[in-house]
Formats: sequence, C-alpha cells, structure tokens
Amino acid sequence: MILVWLILIPFLGGLLCWQAERWGEQAPRWIALATMLFVLVISVVLWLGGDFSLPGSYESQWLLEWRVPWIPRFGIEIHLAMDGLSLILVALTGFLGTLAVLCSWHEIAHRVGFFHLNLLFILGGVVGVFLALDLFLFFLFWEMMLVPMYFLIALWGHSGSPGQTRIRAATRFFIYTQASGLLMLVAILALVFVHYSNTGELSFSYDVLRGTDVPEPLAFWLMLGFFIAFAVKLPVVPFHGWLPDAHAQAPTAGSVDLAGILLKTAAYGMIRFALPLFPEQSAAFAPVAMTLGLVGIIYGAVLACGQQDIKRLIAYTSISHMGFVLIALYSGSELAIQGAIILMVAHAFSSAGLFILSGQLYERIHTRDMRTMGGLWSRIPVLPGFTLCFVAASLGMPATANFVGEFMVLFGTFPSAPVVVVIASVGLVLAAIYSLLLMQRVHYGPEYRPGPLKGPDAREYGMMLTLLVLTIAVGLYPQPLLDTTAAVAAPVAELFTDASDLAARAGEVN
Amino acid sequence: MNGIPMEHGLILASILFSLGLAGLMLRRSMLFVLMSLEVMLNSAALAFVVGATAWSQPDGQAMFLLVITLAAAEASVGLALMIQLYQRYRSLDLDAASRMRG
Amino acid sequence: MMVTPVVLSFLFPLMGTLVLAFSSGRLGARGSSVIGVGSVGLAALATLWAVLSHTGDREIITLWTWISVGDFQPTIGLGVDGLALVMMAVITGVGFLIHLFAAWYMTGEAGITRFYAWMNLFVFSMMLLVLGDNLLLLFLGWEGVGLCSYGLIGYYYQGLDNARAAFKAFVVTRIGDVFLALGLFLVFMELGTLDIATVLTRAPEFWAEGSATANLAALLVLGGALGKSAQVPLHTWLPDAMAGPTPVSALIHAATMVTAGIYLIARLNGLFLLAPDVMLLVGVIGAISLLLAAFAALAQTDIKRVLAYSTMSQIGYMFLALGVGAFDAAIFHLVTHAFFKALLFLSAGAVIISCHHEQDMRKLGGLWRKLPVAYGGFIVGGAALVALPLVSAGFFSKDEILWQAMAADRNGLLIAGLLGAVLTGIYTVRLVLGTFHGEPGSDHARHPEPGTNLITHHLPLVVLAVLSTFIGAWLYPGLGGLFPDAPGEAVEGGHTLLQVLAIGAVVAGLALAGWLFLMRRPWLDDVASKGAGASLWKLWHHAWGFDALFDRVLVRPWQWSVRMLRFDFINLIMNLPALIARGFNAGLVRSQNGRTRSYAVVMVFGATVILLALALVPGGVA
Repeated sequence: MILVWLILIPFLGGLLCWQAERWGEQAPRWIALATMLFVLVISVVLWLGGDFSLPGSYESQWLLEWRVPWIPRFGIEIHLAMDGLSLILVALTGFLGTLAVLCSWHEIAHRVGFFHLNLLFILGGVVGVFLALDLFLFFLFWEMMLVPMYFLIALWGHSGSPGQTRIRAATRFFIYTQASGLLMLVAILALVFVHYSNTGELSFSYDVLRGTDVPEPLAFWLMLGFFIAFAVKLPVVPFHGWLPDAHAQAPTAGSVDLAGILLKTAAYGMIRFALPLFPEQSAAFAPVAMTLGLVGIIYGAVLACGQQDIKRLIAYTSISHMGFVLIALYSGSELAIQGAIILMVAHAFSSAGLFILSGQLYERIHTRDMRTMGGLWSRIPVLPGFTLCFVAASLGMPATANFVGEFMVLFGTFPSAPVVVVIASVGLVLAAIYSLLLMQRVHYGPEYRPGPLKGPDAREYGMMLTLLVLTIAVGLYPQPLLDTTAAVAAPVAELFTDASDLAARAGEVN
Repeated sequence: MNGIPMEHGLILASILFSLGLAGLMLRRSMLFVLMSLEVMLNSAALAFVVGATAWSQPDGQAMFLLVITLAAAEASVGLALMIQLYQRYRSLDLDAASRMRG
Repeated sequence: MMVTPVVLSFLFPLMGTLVLAFSSGRLGARGSSVIGVGSVGLAALATLWAVLSHTGDREIITLWTWISVGDFQPTIGLGVDGLALVMMAVITGVGFLIHLFAAWYMTGEAGITRFYAWMNLFVFSMMLLVLGDNLLLLFLGWEGVGLCSYGLIGYYYQGLDNARAAFKAFVVTRIGDVFLALGLFLVFMELGTLDIATVLTRAPEFWAEGSATANLAALLVLGGALGKSAQVPLHTWLPDAMAGPTPVSALIHAATMVTAGIYLIARLNGLFLLAPDVMLLVGVIGAISLLLAAFAALAQTDIKRVLAYSTMSQIGYMFLALGVGAFDAAIFHLVTHAFFKALLFLSAGAVIISCHHEQDMRKLGGLWRKLPVAYGGFIVGGAALVALPLVSAGFFSKDEILWQAMAADRNGLLIAGLLGAVLTGIYTVRLVLGTFHGEPGSDHARHPEPGTNLITHHLPLVVLAVLSTFIGAWLYPGLGGLFPDAPGEAVEGGHTLLQVLAIGAVVAGLALAGWLFLMRRPWLDDVASKGAGASLWKLWHHAWGFDALFDRVLVRPWQWSVRMLRFDFINLIMNLPALIARGFNAGLVRSQNGRTRSYAVVMVFGATVILLALALVPGGVA
C-alpha cells in the first residue's frame, strides 16, 4: 500500500498546491516542498529498513509489491513493485523534486499554484514509471509525465535564444516523446497478442510476458520498438534533437527534473524491460547499441564545445554522459551495469548542480549567453567555487560520483569490448575540454561588465552544498548504493551470458 | 406521352445540366451562379420526370416535388448569402469572398 | 579510522583546505596564511614522525573498501614504504618551505584564501598519489593534482592567457591520463587486481618478458607519465604553466607534480622490466626531452620559462635513468632536483617580486649587490643544476644517472646526458648573468625592493640552499633495496672514467658559457640576430615549434569540427520528416485558394474521373 501512496502523494500534493494559491503565493511552495520531502523521507526510511541481498531462487525479487486487478477483461492490473533500483531512483526523484521546488522559489512568479501542480504531476508520473510492473500501467505513467512537462516548458519557459520559442521547444519535446511512446505501445500490444495467441491468456503482466516465446523476426522488431522508445528519452544520438531545446527553454526546475530524473526513466526502462524481455535480441543488438553510445559520447561532447548558451552546453554534456550509460547497459557486465546506475545518480547530482547554478546566474545577470559572461569570478562570491566543483564532477574527477560511475563502466566493458572503451576514453578528454570551456568562458577572463553581484543566500548555498556533499560522498563510498542495486544488476548482466550460452549451444547443435 | 422519345428528354436534361455547370464554373457574379444552380437542379428534375413518364412510375413525380422543395430552400439560403455578400463587399463577385484561402 | 602519523600527514592539508574553502573570506589574509602554511607544517611534522617510526617493511593501512563489485575491490588504502616516505618527505618538507615563502610572495594579492586552499588541496592529492596502495587511488591523487594545477595556473583569472594556459595544462595532461586509465583497464582485465603489490607479483607470472600485453600495458602507463611529467611529445603545457604564481611553479611544476611520472614508473618497475622495448623507449624519450628542453632553455628571455625548460630537461635525465633500469638513481635525482629547483624558483620569485613583477631577463640585470639572498640562492641552486662537482647535490645524483647509463651500455643515452650537461652549464650561466649582472634593463631593476622578512623570505631560501649542496645528497637514504638491481651493481670499474667525463662536460659547459657571454658577447648577439642564427634562435625560442605543430594538427581541426558541427547536423536530418510535412502543407495550401468557382471545377473534375472510372472499368457499373 505504501507504494500506492508514494505515487499518490505527489498527485494529491499537486492538486493541493493548485488550490492553495488562493491563500497566497507562498502556500503552494511550502506545500510542494513538504510533499517532496515526504516522498524523500518515505523512500529513505524504506531504504534503511530494506534487505537488498540477492534473493534465493524461490523468494520474491521485490522488496515491496502491491497488486490489484484493474481491467480484468484485458488482463490489466495495477501492479506496483519495488526493488533496489526503483528504490534508489524514487529516492532520487524525491531529492531532486525537493531541489526543483527550492530552485524555483524566486524564479517562478506567476501562476505559482499551477506551476507546482505540473511539477508534482511530473514527479508523480516518474515515481509511477519507476514502480509500475504492469506494462499497460507503465505506459500510462510514461505518457503521464509528458503533458505536465509540456506545460512547464510552454508556460514558464524562458523566451530563449532567437528563433527558438519555448512553445516550439515544448512541442518538439512532446512530439518526440509521444511518437516514441506510441512505438512502445505498439510493441507492448504486439507482445501481449503474441502471448495471447501462444497461451490464450490476455495479460500485461511483466512476470507473465517475460517468458513469452516470440517468433524470431518479430522479436527483433519488438525489441527495436522498446529500444527506440527508451533511446529517444535517454537520449541516444539520432533522437536527441528535443533535448537541447527543451533544456534551453525550460525553467530551472524543468531542466533539473529533465536531466536529473526524466532521462533516467529511459535507462531504467532498458534495465527493467527492454533487456529482460528480449535478452537474445538485445545481446545481438549490443554492438549497434554500443556504437550509438560511442557516437553519443563523442558527438555530444563536440557539440557541447560549440554552444554559446550555457544551458545548451550542459544539455549536450548530458547526451555525452548518457552514452556511457548506454554502453554499460549493453556490455553484459555486472560491474558496468552497476557503474551505469552510479553514473545515473552521479549525473543527476552534477547536472542538477550545473543547471541550478546557471539558473542562479540567470537570476543575477539575466542572460545565458556565455559571450556576455566572463570574469564572473571576481564579481560573485562563492558561486564560481561551486561551479568549479560541479564542472570537475562533470569531467569525471576522481573522488566524485561521476568518476566512480564512468570508471566502473569502462572497467566493466573493457574485457568484452576493448575497442569501445578505447574510443569512449577519448570522451574523457573531450569532457575535460567542454567542462573547462564552460568554466573559462563564464568565470575567467576580464570582466564583461563591472560591478559586484550578490552572493548565494542560505537557500542557494544549502542546495549547492547538499549536492556537492552527496557527489563526493558517493564518490568516496558508493558501497551502500552498490549493495542496494547488486540484486538488480547481476541478473541483467547474466541475461547476456545466458543469451550467448544459448547461441553457442544452438551453434553446436547445428 | 407518346411522340417524344425518352432519349430526347434526357438529352435536353443533360444539355441543361451542362449549361448550368458551365455557368457555375465560369460566372463570377453570385446571382448567375445561383441561377446556374437552379438550372442544374431543374435539369435533374426534368430527367426524373422523363424517366417516370417513360416507365410509368410515380416515383419520378415524387422526386420532382422533392427537387422543387429543395430548390426553393436552396434559393432562400443562397439569396440570403448573396445579400450578405453584397453587404460585406459591395459587389456580387464571388472571388472577392476568398477569406478561406489557406 | 586509525590515526597514524601517515594518516595525519595528509589529513592536515585536507583540513586546511576545508577550513579555508568554507571560511568565505572571514579569516583575512593573515589568518588564511597561518592556516595554509600551518597545515602543511603539521603535515611535515607528521611525516617526520612517520619516517622515524618506519620499520623498513612495507606497511599497508586500509581505511575502507572504496568499491566492491565482484573481483573489482579497490580500497582506500595506503602503502607506506621507503619510496612513499621519501616522496612524502619531499612533498611536505619542500612543500612547507614553499608555502612559507608564499606567505611573503603573495602578500597583498587578492584571493589569498583561495590560493592556500588550492595549495593545501594539492599537497593532499599529491600525498594520496604517492601513498595509494592501489592504482585507482593513485589515479585519484593523479587527477587531483592535475585539478589543483589547473586552479593554480589560472590563479590570476582575469588574464585570458592564464586561463588558456591552465586549460592547456589540464587538457594535455588529461590526454596522458587517458592512456594511464586504459593501462589500468588492461591491467585489471589481465591480472584481475589493481593492488600495486599484487600487480607486481602477478605480472611476471601472467606475462612473459617482452610479450605484447606487457609491452602494451607498460606503454599505456608510460603515456600517463609523459603527460604529467611534461616529456616529449606531451610537454607543451609546462612552459605555459608558468603563468601561475611562482611558488606554484616551484611546488607543482618543479618539485613535485611533474615528477609524479617518475614515481609512477619507479613504483611499477616490475611491469616495465617485463617490457624491455618500452624501457628503451623511456630512456630515449628522456634523452630527447632533455636535449630539446636544454636547447629551448638557451633561447628564453623569461626567467621562469628558462627554469621551466630546465625542469623538463632534468626530468628527462630521470626518464633516462628509468630507461636504463636505474630506478634508485631516478628517485635520487628527483629528490635533489626538488631541492635545487625549488630553490631556483623561489629565488626567481624573490627577484620577480622585488622588481615589481618584472621577469624578462632583458629588463633585469645588475641585481647581485641589491638582492644578495636571491643571488645566493641562484648561485647555489645553479651550481646544483649544472652539477658542480663535489659541492652540489645535483652532481651526485646526475653522476649516478650517467654512470648507470654507461654501465647499462647505452652509449647513445650517455652521450645525450653529457651533451645535456654542457648545455645546462651554458643556459644556467646565461640565466645568472642575465638576471644579476650587467646593466639593469629597466627602472624596476634599478630600484628593487629586497625582501627582508627573516621567516618567510630568508628562511626558506637558506634551508633550500643548504639542501641543494652535498648535504642534500647525503640526506637521501638510498632505496636500492626496494628496486631490482640497477645495471651499475654488476659492473666493476669504469666509474672513475665516467666521473672524469661528467666533470669534463660541466667544466666545458661553464667555460664555453663564460667565453661566450663574457668575452664574445657582441659577436654572439650579432650571430643571433640575423640569418641562420636568428632562425635557430627563433626555433629554440619556440621550443622546436611543437606548439605550432599541435596547433595545426590537433587544435585547428578540432576547432573546425566544432564549428562545423555546432548546428547539430544529425538533428537537422531528424528534422527532415518535419520539413517534408511542411512541404506537403505548402503544396496543399495552394489549392485552398478560397474561390468557390475553382472548388467547383475541382469537384466536377473529380466527379468526372470517378464516373469515367466506373464506366470504363469492366464490371464496374454494368
């Protein structure tokens, strides 16, 4: 039941925020903050009390499970379940949701109640995605994230760079994700019908569908359907067009959520659905996926270097970082998959930090164009130091979580695909280039305009410090995270070895 | 009705129809367009009557009554539109009213 | 956590960093200096304690397991042995003196808190680098020092050139770091561990000597060492790094960080011994670097750039020593070099501050009477740099290197070393004469303000000067027991011949320099200002044009591709469906012209087509 509440609390909180606007501007903010803190506290309590050791063969792999029929006629259930991975991601959602509320405290001045309604609806949808096990329910939540995000960008976005309106960015975001979502729906339905024709049972349940024996050419196409749906959201390179625009136009809270959590739903979807549902096809597809990951790493990095808008730069670095995640997921190595999970968390922290920082800069100098920055080090106290810390995290400096994630990915992938790792390592140099370019353009050099600007207040300082402490804590002692997700990562890694075993055996038989 | 073969009646109807159609496509003035429409309706009605006479069936006569009613309704709507057109554009030129252009 | 002197020795600088970073300027310049210098002083004391309580065996202090997934179990663990302790002593000892001097040098600079925070963080990272008992922790320190180097080179952030120099230093060394990282991946895949001791025992069991894998692993690690230690071809960042404050150059770009590559190769000696070809490459790169840098040092006008190239050259000697398998000699030279190069840099710093930030030799001169302490520092440090026989520390370590090269029968390397010694003599004399003798070249040099503070100015210089003499060489304990036997152990005789040769090279260099700069000065200026002499001067001044080459081959194509890709062509391709849809839209919109008559025409046409089709298709209407 607690799982249902995890999903319902943000939605209820959102409605409350909406209505609370009549009590004054501050009311929705405080309600939203309390709501997200509540979600965070619940997930942390669950985490502290949970047992995440590998389950025995007859035990349930789920820490918590909740299951009632919804539309029995089509075999659709409300089936929620939580394991280590979803727990960490839900906790991350709660944490970044809190930050998102905090960082828009002064930024959002009109329609405050409706803003927080949308924000909390996004987060509720995300929590739903992380908990839903029924494929229909998963799709429902997957789509549910989109609409409030659309409004967030379209209504509260920045006017942005010339030729790019926020409406256009929002529409583009919507079309991309909607189209990919429909592709997933088609794949889900096809899977369900194949299962129906095999067994005569109509079911959307994850456990039931996992064992479906799909005929060969169709299985590949279905896998591709799932892959593309998640690839758009991750984003993988040819499908990344929505990301920079959406980030550049979205309000800070939107960017934080987008980079911090929404991108992670894609990686989560791959780990939870795309790989386990189609292990053999995914194993066969791995070289392509890894190549796409490499392209993403390099291409994202090169483009990041060419941006003048600070938020676009950070957006492209996300593409680069998610390339590492994609490589890891298809490497079939437990070390790499664990690394990918750490990297997801690390990227959430570092990119949220950078986006919040650029939001704070925007509040002070009212521009995101790096050509009109420069020399800010002497004008703003404290913030440049924080920027350097998050830039260092983003370039994978050891002792930050990003380093642990990236290096686990690379260590894990090296035995199976050394060439991929060698090329991906080029990304490490490029990461240094784009990260330091950001630093150099914004904070170094002569002052573009004179005059001191005010330093961070307690709220801003607190957010930055919390993020930084978490980044370094995970960088130096990631073991609690690793222990929590070990039971998830190991079976996913084994899928590939099993698949290759099967293929090898098939080869012997032939 | 002897003497006039059915073909003649039908040929007359199609000539009338063609004339009406040509008027519809070529005329700019809404008045003439409406008149062309009337001609076309009546040509169709004529074809019904000819058919009904040839096969001695009452259905054609009934259709004729229906067409007349329709023509009357159409004329009233068309004339109302024509008045509106004239009031808006101070002319009866149909091409002037092209605000639905995409 | 066990509180041992070793742990304390790096915790103090870390605490210093944290206090400084979170003070937000509340401490004031004086408070920041006290904390910044004090923390390193305490670290030095803790190191001294650790040295005194060291039993001689390798001691492992595991703080906690960093990551544990399957076989991948790197720890946050410290390995304390003679090598680590020598490095720690250099880092904290020389580091403390440099911090102390910085308190004088940085007086009145803005952002002194930031300066000390970075410096302390640097000491901390460098300590982790030498203490890490597994390669991943070593890599943590390795990257950490790089970041600190970045922050400190760009300390004067308002100059865009400084920012570029910092950027260049970080990116170039990062290229090396990626090679090191790949080496780590390879080592872990093949040997299943990152623990240094285990790697060294497993490597000979798993790999045959000279096998491809061993060569590859050594080569990748070497790549990392080249970047950090500024050896050809990844050396171009070092001269530009002189944009940082002089104490930074002394600590990071002379005494400690740039020698991290030497430490790494010495630490992984077993790995390199399995790859004789790579060992030879190490020596050859060292020889090339030492000669290239020595020639470049001849033609610099900036004091700090002369010293930068001389650092590169001296590190070349250390690589040469590593290349012939004389690990102990390399570390020995690392230690003496840390003493005398720190002394030279600090003396140069004293000159620079006294002359109001003037560091062009052409504008200095005639200072020896007015700045006696700095002059003394230059003379003693210079003597050690040219390896003045018997009295200087540099003589003993350099002699050891050349002797090992001779004993290993690498005559090419030996000749390069001797030639380098001659060149060292020439550029050192030129540096001293240009800075302290002759006519002052500017008002700044005519009216210097000598440093007078006994503790923060005189003390570090004097202590380092003492260490740069034979006393410094005596202090070096010798680490022969930690390393495989150097080639010199097995050879008898010949050492005297080598010493004669080495002393001859030094004397030749000094004499040639004296003759050129004192007797034939006008002729020299004449040669250097026209024709082939001028081109040679220009070539050396730009250090053989490596910067221009990399600019052409790497930087420009990179910038070009960034410019080309800026508009995200893949995204533009993905926009094609949208464009096609828009094209259709434009076409169909045209038919929607708002004219009733044309709609009628289209309708009639359509109706006709349908009727014709129905009439003509057989069996359609019938």
